[in-house]
Amino acid sequence: MKEIAYEKIVEEVKTMCMESNYNLGEDVYSAFKQALQTERSETGKEVLTQLIDNADIAKAERVPMCQDTGTAVFMVEVGQDCHIAGGRLVDAINEGVEKGYGEGYLRNSMVYNPMNRKNTGNNTPAIVHIDLVEGEELTLHMTAKGGGAENMSALKMLKPSDGMEGVKEYILSIVKEAGPNACPPLVVGIGIGGNFERCAFLAKKSLFRPLGVRHEDPAVAELEMELMEQINRLGIGPQGMGGSTTALDVKVELESCHIAALPVAVNLNCHASRHQTIVMK
Amino acid sequence: MQKKIRLPLREEDIESLKAGDRVLLSGVVYTARDAAHKRMVEQEKEGTPLPVELDGQVLYYTGPTPAKPGEVIGSAGPTTSGRMDLYTPALLEKGLKGMIGKGYRSEEVIASMLKHNAVYFGAVGGAAALIARSIKKAEVVAYEDLGTEAIRKLTIEDFPVFVINDIHGGDIYKDGVAKYKQ
Ligand code: SF4
Repeated sequence: MKEIAYEKIVEEVKTMCMESNYNLGEDVYSAFKQALQTERSETGKEVLTQLIDNADIAKAERVPMCQDTGTAVFMVEVGQDCHIAGGRLVDAINEGVEKGYGEGYLRNSMVYNPMNRKNTGNNTPAIVHIDLVEGEELTLHMTAKGGGAENMSALKMLKPSDGMEGVKEYILSIVKEAGPNACPPLVVGIGIGGNFERCAFLAKKSLFRPLGVRHEDPAVAELEMELMEQINRLGIGPQGMGGSTTALDVKVELESCHIAALPVAVNLNCHASRHQTIVMK
Repeated sequence: MQKKIRLPLREEDIESLKAGDRVLLSGVVYTARDAAHKRMVEQEKEGTPLPVELDGQVLYYTGPTPAKPGEVIGSAGPTTSGRMDLYTPALLEKGLKGMIGKGYRSEEVIASMLKHNAVYFGAVGGAAALIARSIKKAEVVAYEDLGTEAIRKLTIEDFPVFVINDIHGGDIYKDGVAKYKQ
């Protein structure tokens, strides 16, 4: 059986926290460049130009692209034939987050509990979702998820009779309501189906798929493109000041659900869509 | 059109600003976000003098990242202004003339801005590393215990913003979107 050392996970997580905040992914960066070509509003173009410059500065100077360096969210795939030696996986992740945010001069944005709102001082706890998979690899997907866009996210239990038209209408209403608050241009993550909590999870999971990569099911891929077009016709534009680039991409994940249910979750992500993946073998 | 404005804001500057204008601000602004607002308004109610004189000043809603050694400040972009809405009318009442943040303001805040001739500017949310370059000096002047949420006095030079709400009733979030909606 493959052994993966606790300390090695700590180190990898630390690096992921820093890199995600300093280096905007190539997928988002090229989406900015492309949007700059198509954006109709001059104000919108100015915003996109600032975002490109900002990403360049953050990368060159190794400073966070946004001051909200986020909640550290992990989706972990643990191969059932691998063994984590030296401690608990979740402890290793939290230790890595503490080191990454501390040594990387990132902002600590977590409070102990919503009632006392006292800062934990090290950006832990991370939010960790674990999935057991085949094989002996350990895969860590991480995002530094900002508060502004997360705060404008929403979930609703629709009725099956609302149908796909109701689903689309609901998604558009959430993007509209978010307006400038979620720091558009956005990446819109959507979960459809599952149950209450699973639906929210699906929406979050969809955001881990790189920009420009469509869902493998052609019908879902088509839905993503249709929603993207409708969202960009809302006119919200970069930073909500009007324009043709409201979403850089739309992601949908869906799953089976109860005969009486049609859950829909919309997890908004801002343009600071910070993702990292590593595979440990 | 791009304008350059020196702070504190003069009446004629405020008068001239229109929703959608691109402006480069230079001078002094004070940072404050959720916790500092809450404390200021509580102190105000108790009759304790505010730690900074807000009359004629501009507040910047930000909670910067820690500065690296040798740097003035860490990354420092705007946070969502709406969370300050509850406290803002009381501060406008004290003479606050401008705010820099991002996102919608409530009807109450917009009405209060119109009443007190104050302007709401938007900086680009997420352009925090770029914005930090226009911050030349930063010192904590109050509420140090609040960490990233402490009140800092920032000296800025050519700090890039857009006018969101002007004193003539213009609102770029409404006007801009209406223009591009299809
Ligand atoms: S919503 Fe995103 S870009 Fe905007 S301030 Fe938060 S983390 Fe930064």
